[in-house]
Amino acid sequence: MNAQQLTEEQLWNYIDGSCNAAEKAMIEELCNNNPQWQKRYNELLELHQLMHENIEPDQPSMRFTKNVMDEIAKSRIAPAARTYINKKIIYGIAAFFILIISGFLIYGFTQVEWKFSGSSDYTINISRYFNNTLLNIFMLLNILLALVLFDRYIRRKKNESAHKEG
Amino acid sequence: MYIVQDDNEIIRRVLLGDRQAYAQLVKQYQNLVFSIALRYTQNREDAEEIAQDIFIKVYRSLADFRANSKFSTWLYTIAANTSITFLRKKKLPVHSLDNEKIFHLADTRNAATAVADIERGSHVTLVNKAIQLLSPDDATVITLFYKAEQSIEEIGKITGLTPNAVKVKLHRARKRLKEKMEMHFKSELKEIIN
Repeated sequence: MNAQQLTEEQLWNYIDGSCNAAEKAMIEELCNNNPQWQKRYNELLELHQLMHENIEPDQPSMRFTKNVMDEIAKSRIAPAARTYINKKIIYGIAAFFILIISGFLIYGFTQVEWKFSGSSDYTINISRYFNNTLLNIFMLLNILLALVLFDRYIRRKKNESAHKEG
Repeated sequence: MYIVQDDNEIIRRVLLGDRQAYAQLVKQYQNLVFSIALRYTQNREDAEEIAQDIFIKVYRSLADFRANSKFSTWLYTIAANTSITFLRKKKLPVHSLDNEKIFHLADTRNAATAVADIERGSHVTLVNKAIQLLSPDDATVITLFYKAEQSIEEIGKITGLTPNAVKVKLHRARKRLKEKMEMHFKSELKEIIN
């Protein structure tokens, strides 16, 4: 972003009233002392007023309200989600899974021999601790779930940065 | 402030069983909801169908409105999401702000008709025709800010963007609008500004 762009953005912020006191003083000084920026400010202000006063939303057909009301006559207002979603149940389910995962982790760690034998063989025999098929499936599902959640997180971050750049 | 209180009062009546009161909300917001849908679809029939769906959806979930934000912000959020979902279902492109190529084509196609309309029209026509030449994202942000009286933070809630991202988007949209006006309606714009 060059200085010129930055100032135009700041001019818009000034017009919108969303700049801070220091920026406000700087822009006022710039506009008062520099006829070029004064002209630029006036142009933007006029465009701002033009949009404020003249943007008109489009209109749907004349029957629109009637069509909506006819459809609504067949519908019912659904009960508020907060009345049938009990937060205690959600917290209970979360607590259950956290406990299970913690239990497995604690079990796994207690099985590890922490004593260092001093030999040069550093290989860890994972099958010693995770040799049960069900346990392996459970751990695999957890890893899968973690990967899916991680993927969704990355995608969301990517979309956010794309929006910001846009 | 008056409008906000009024909306909440209407909602309270609808929730108490006065279904007809909902017609007031529909009448009050139908133009802006329809405009948002139209900005995305560029097609009046689709936009009308989407706008109708939006009002039905809002009616059904009215009990979920918590009044900790403006009703209009909640309504426009549903409007923007429903429009995007409609485009995805129909496998139509969800235009992004950077999709300049598509809008350059639309530009050249629409500009001739737009200029002809301007000659007959006024400032209102000029601004609205220029908005039609923008991408849906730009047009929506400008409409929400200038016509729907939504703040930067509220536009952020509607579009799922951070306030800073909305600010940047709004600056760019205004810049592009100015460019379009200068490109297609230069003499008319000079008359207005001078």
